[in-house]
Amino acid sequence: MNTLLWVVLPYAALTVFAVGHAWRWRVDQFGWTTRTTQLLEHRWLRWGSPLFHLGVFAAIAGHALGLLVPKSWTEVIGVSEGLYHAVSVGAGTAAAVMLVVGLGLLLARRFVNGRVRRTTTPTDKLLFAVLTVVIALGVTATVGENLIGAGYDYRETISVWFRGLFRLQPDPVLMADVPLVFQLHALSAFALFAIWPFTRLVHVWSAPIAYLWRPYVVYRRRATPGRPR
Amino acid sequence: MRVMAQVAMVMNLDKCIGCHTCSVTCKQTWTNREGTEYVWFNNVETKPGIGYPKRYEDQERWRGGWVLDRRGKLKLRGGGRVRRLLSLFANPDLPSLDDYYEPITYDYDTLLNAPASEHTPVIRPKSALTGEDTAITWGANWEDDLGGAAEHAPGDPNLAAMTEKVKFEYERTFMFHLPRICEHCLNPACVSACPSGAMYKREEDGIVLVDQDRCRGWRMCVSACPYKKVYANHVTGKAEKCTFCFPRIEAGQPTVCAETCVGRLRYIGLVLYDADAVTAAVSVPDPADLLEAQRAVFLDPHDPAVAAAALEDGVPADWLEAARRSPVHKLISEYRIALPLHPEYRTAPMVWYIPPLSPVLDAVSTSEGDANDPDDVFHAIRDLRIPIEYLASLFTAGDTEVVAGVLMKLASMRGYMRARTVDGTVADDLLAATGMSAAQMEAMYRLLAIAKYDERYVIPAAHREDAAALAAQGAGCSLDVEGGPGMGGEDFHVLPTDNRIRLPLHVADAKEARR
Repeated sequence: MNTLLWVVLPYAALTVFAVGHAWRWRVDQFGWTTRTTQLLEHRWLRWGSPLFHLGVFAAIAGHALGLLVPKSWTEVIGVSEGLYHAVSVGAGTAAAVMLVVGLGLLLARRFVNGRVRRTTTPTDKLLFAVLTVVIALGVTATVGENLIGAGYDYRETISVWFRGLFRLQPDPVLMADVPLVFQLHALSAFALFAIWPFTRLVHVWSAPIAYLWRPYVVYRRRATPGRPR
Repeated sequence: MRVMAQVAMVMNLDKCIGCHTCSVTCKQTWTNREGTEYVWFNNVETKPGIGYPKRYEDQERWRGGWVLDRRGKLKLRGGGRVRRLLSLFANPDLPSLDDYYEPITYDYDTLLNAPASEHTPVIRPKSALTGEDTAITWGANWEDDLGGAAEHAPGDPNLAAMTEKVKFEYERTFMFHLPRICEHCLNPACVSACPSGAMYKREEDGIVLVDQDRCRGWRMCVSACPYKKVYANHVTGKAEKCTFCFPRIEAGQPTVCAETCVGRLRYIGLVLYDADAVTAAVSVPDPADLLEAQRAVFLDPHDPAVAAAALEDGVPADWLEAARRSPVHKLISEYRIALPLHPEYRTAPMVWYIPPLSPVLDAVSTSEGDANDPDDVFHAIRDLRIPIEYLASLFTAGDTEVVAGVLMKLASMRGYMRARTVDGTVADDLLAATGMSAAQMEAMYRLLAIAKYDERYVIPAAHREDAAALAAQGAGCSLDVEGGPGMGGEDFHVLPTDNRIRLPLHVADAKEARR
């Protein structure tokens, strides 16, 4: 059971993630977009969207720090467990507030505003449901367990297991006694990875960083069939 | 010097009767699809009026086009590259759908299925977006013929700079129609603001297009365009805009709006310009100098040095010949009676306008002058501030001298031709006043008044090397690719690709799949 949950499922999700993206990129450039609805509703989006996105960036940075950087490294540079805990819970709680408020606003406009509601596809609904579950569990873990509760040092177990996935040596036993909310958060995150390539989330990979240095006006020759672009 | 060719348009506003045929045929051709209900690549506005979308000319609010920064360098009014990326999550300058209008349809089923009854059944307007009952409160031509002008037209941003207050009372005001399409600018703000690099200006003919496969829906083009002629398709999540009917242009045919224009007021032809000079021309400090700077970017196709450079830079010989016969080149550079719309936006627009003389003639008639007497008209042009200042704020960044000069020329032409045809005399004083020869004056009159189809539209077909490939697309409409925007198709691919599969990943397809 442990092997199924913490080895087979993660690898299955990551495979779908990788293959799905390759497939979508090849066949569906036309559908590859943010699907912005700002035209239809802008008052709620004006606050919800930046809060949500910045909260996500903070959360991603926190996860990178907590999951990818081994505990021994931070100890080498003199960061004590107490200090690490304070920083991660503090920043994590701030990110959690931004995420909850941002996602709350974005979800509310999906329900309240008729125009936005009508453009919401079944895929969007699935994405919003999974995102909500992932974030709710993550917030519960950060705020519930680590801020209010006794605290749980996930760097001894979850982080080691997670890094093992990428070294192709995942140890499912590490995850066996992890608190349930962390387990569910991890599993729902892999569900998110699995649906990612089939949703509007693909716009993440199109973050237009190259805009910072490309020339302003783009010229192109007329596309002629049979001539390479 | 780098010579490039641009397909450009001139519209003679005196001839526009505001019939909206251009708008309707354009809409039928390009935007009668889900997601573009509110989109008019071509629309006809009544001026004075706030336009479509509402008050789009108020750049303090919408922050479109370019400005000079403190060091005199050109930058997007909406902010530089970093600011653009920071506003990806919520673009503060994006108009909302209500600034355009809520598209509607009617509940026709109620009408068709109503049982026999004493009273005629009534149908309600329904929002095309939500399907719910809605009130029709605005539209793309809501202000037609000054409808509601007393209430709305004072909001026209062009009136702000005028010294005299325009009265919107019956028979005490003036009006004219302003048909608008994408300007296909030499220095396009939309292209420059596109974070994905999906928008581009075609090297061969300067047409500005959106690559539907590369657009990621960041919607920066919509706010960067000061003319608000790039639109967001709310179904596909991608930007769309006037294509200058490129499939027709490639075949040597005029755009649909020009082809169907009842007043025959549109002219299409090539202009040659020096691509290396554009940035400097749109960066001159004083907005009043922009018109002359932009004119100076155009090259004379009759100049042997220009012709040699053009051939060197890859402009085909037949295109060079078309540039020599171009009515647009004549109206802009030779007769100098066509003016750009809002040169102060610094985008170097490529749809120019011959300003209307009719508001002045109307004023002459109302003040009991003789609209056929050039002297009365000249006096009016010199003395009347209202229409002249208004036209100047549209076409010359406020320089009334230039507008007055163009109107004088048009009035002189009327006077000259009237003397010649009615009295059989040659009005040398009018020729002297305009500095034109009799032959030039008559050629200008012919171009403005009676030019035939092939004089109004001098469009070289796509070049021969490409002709075989274009023909290989099939004899039919080049838009009829799989999933193309031909009638009924819901997506729109500017550049057809081969291995496309339709996926149920966006609304249109999802709805289709459910059916």
